[in-house]
Amino acid sequence: MTATNTLLTVDGIELKEALRRNQARQKRKAFLLVAPLLLFISVGFFLPIMDMLRRSTENRLIVENLPLTIVALSEWDASSALLPGEPAFRAIAKDLVKAQKLRRATQLGQRLNYELSGTSSLFRTSGRKMAGLIPEAEKTAYKETLIEFDQRWGDIELWRVIRRFSGSVVADYYLAALDMKRDFETNEVEILPREERVYVRLFGRTVMISLWITLMTLLLGFPIALLIARLPTRQGNLLLVLVLLPFWTSLLVRTTSWIVLLQQQGVVNDILVAVGLIGEDARLRMIYNTIGTVIAMTHILLPFMVLPLYSVMKNISPSYMRAAISLGAHPISAFWKVYFPNTIPGIGAGAIMVFVLAIGYYITPELVGGRTGVFISNRIAYHISSSLNWGLAAALGVALLIIVITIYWIYDKFVGIDNIRLG
Amino acid sequence: MAFFPPYLSLPERIWHLTFRGICVLVLFFLVFPIFVIVPLSFNALPYFTFTPEMLAFKASGYSTQWYREFFTDPNWQGAVRNSVIIALASTLIAVSLGTLAALGLSRKEMPARSLIMGLLISPMIVPLIISAVGMFFFYSRLGLQGSHIGVILSHAALGTPFVVITVTATLVGFDTTLLRAAASLGANPTLAFFRVTLPMILPGVISGGLFAFITSFDEVVVVLFVGSFRQRTIPWKMFSGLRENISPTILAVATCLILISIALLVSLELLRRRGEKLRGIKH
Repeated sequence: MTATNTLLTVDGIELKEALRRNQARQKRKAFLLVAPLLLFISVGFFLPIMDMLRRSTENRLIVENLPLTIVALSEWDASSALLPGEPAFRAIAKDLVKAQKLRRATQLGQRLNYELSGTSSLFRTSGRKMAGLIPEAEKTAYKETLIEFDQRWGDIELWRVIRRFSGSVVADYYLAALDMKRDFETNEVEILPREERVYVRLFGRTVMISLWITLMTLLLGFPIALLIARLPTRQGNLLLVLVLLPFWTSLLVRTTSWIVLLQQQGVVNDILVAVGLIGEDARLRMIYNTIGTVIAMTHILLPFMVLPLYSVMKNISPSYMRAAISLGAHPISAFWKVYFPNTIPGIGAGAIMVFVLAIGYYITPELVGGRTGVFISNRIAYHISSSLNWGLAAALGVALLIIVITIYWIYDKFVGIDNIRLG
Repeated sequence: MAFFPPYLSLPERIWHLTFRGICVLVLFFLVFPIFVIVPLSFNALPYFTFTPEMLAFKASGYSTQWYREFFTDPNWQGAVRNSVIIALASTLIAVSLGTLAALGLSRKEMPARSLIMGLLISPMIVPLIISAVGMFFFYSRLGLQGSHIGVILSHAALGTPFVVITVTATLVGFDTTLLRAAASLGANPTLAFFRVTLPMILPGVISGGLFAFITSFDEVVVVLFVGSFRQRTIPWKMFSGLRENISPTILAVATCLILISIALLVSLELLRRRGEKLRGIKH
């Protein structure tokens, strides 16, 4: 034992110690190579995702622009039927004058409008006139002056909303994303009436259409993957190019193709009319609805199913099938009991790729989905660019992210995530 | 039935024919929609449909006016310029950072390899709409929303996973004794990288770069969110064109893009073969 303990390197350091130091240095070197990209992805990708998480609960606009009002309302009991007192009215008048100076009154009104409609116009008009109202209010009373100016200031719901949104973190965007809302009087969460529910149904429809697309790609992709895997390499590669070409062709080119093919004056309808299958006045509506989305996206995502299926099938030895048949199995049962189970990793990898890609698709549903074939992502985009309800867009995005992560987690548990390959 | 082996029974022959028939139909479904655009882009009339003149193959039914418009319209030319600038810049970032990281990840001393690999490829597996929304929030906060820099950095983040994956795959068969040989001949690590490692992994680096390039060149969701009209790219123009004023110029652009994708596909296949030859993989 003592002999091994005293083994020294040329520099007189103990051998074990020298080895440990060297390994640590190698580790550091390897990590330093990865560090720049890790930093870049953290800042350029993970921070944005974090930002989305933060925006989904953020309430800064209200807290920063109505500071006096929030203080004045802190003593008020929102469940009472009485309006808040004079100090609250004085506070909101002062806050609005300041917000108007910073040009934030309209924005503030829009934000409160998501919770109580009508607030947007109230804040816009009051913001403009408030500075002029103050001298008169100082003489009489703020409460009367404001209510006289616009009777909506006497609406107790408005005050309940402001009271409710006086914290810096709110969960209400998530409630909205799940078709729920808070009763501002009792502070209880309730589900919206059936006709006002939008998002849960839209999430459900997104998942359903994505499942349909996954099934379609599997049904269409399985035979060609099988054919390509069984053909001699040279012919197989040639057919593989036919699969890869759509894969490499711009998404917008392929979406354009489907508009050209499926529209009512499009190629498919023209052919059907020319052949006499349908009449000129009975042209099929195959686009700007769910059918259009399913057809176009099946085409666009098909390579993502074929490639993993092919790479799995390529490695299944044909002798398995021959062995089963030589042992007396009918070709169909040999296929079903021997070949098919071996392809399941490929089916799993292809299905999860297609499903996850489909569930977050935006461009194709937007262009060919019409009103019925749109996804949750179209709604997110709408809130970002049209309704400007960024908090709700962020909450819907987080909900979608949770669904996707859950799918990966389930997949990893049952199949193993390492099976995913690029093809 | 000359091409069937003689031992096949009649039902088996029928099944084989049906199977081939199904495959032909599916392949037709895959490829036909892409090429249907090509003849329509020569339409003399501003429609997305075949006119009677076109079907009768009359010269009057065809025209190259949409190509002329694409190549002369300053609006479209601005889009081409933006697409190329953004794609080249983001590819440059993605390739340099991605290759460096792949070198580190391929070392056997690399700590926490699978965790870091998972983090690095996550931009590829998170739905694009989510990345786009996050980047929109983040870059608006930094004041980079509506700037070339914002779009370039976003695209670089989306492109790096492809570089990491392809270069790591190329490095699997890399013989590290070559580096020791280089060192023993007096090369410092930098020289050894440029003279020994890089030529060996170059096919992987280039194909990763092509992936990153096409990711950016074809990407539209992030451009819509992080960019503005000044960052309009070709897909951006196509998207807004398809939503508003449908003009066959889009079909002419699409035809050009199809030619580009065929060129990309061919160069990738050649690179793959060269890479296998360099690493001594035989078929």
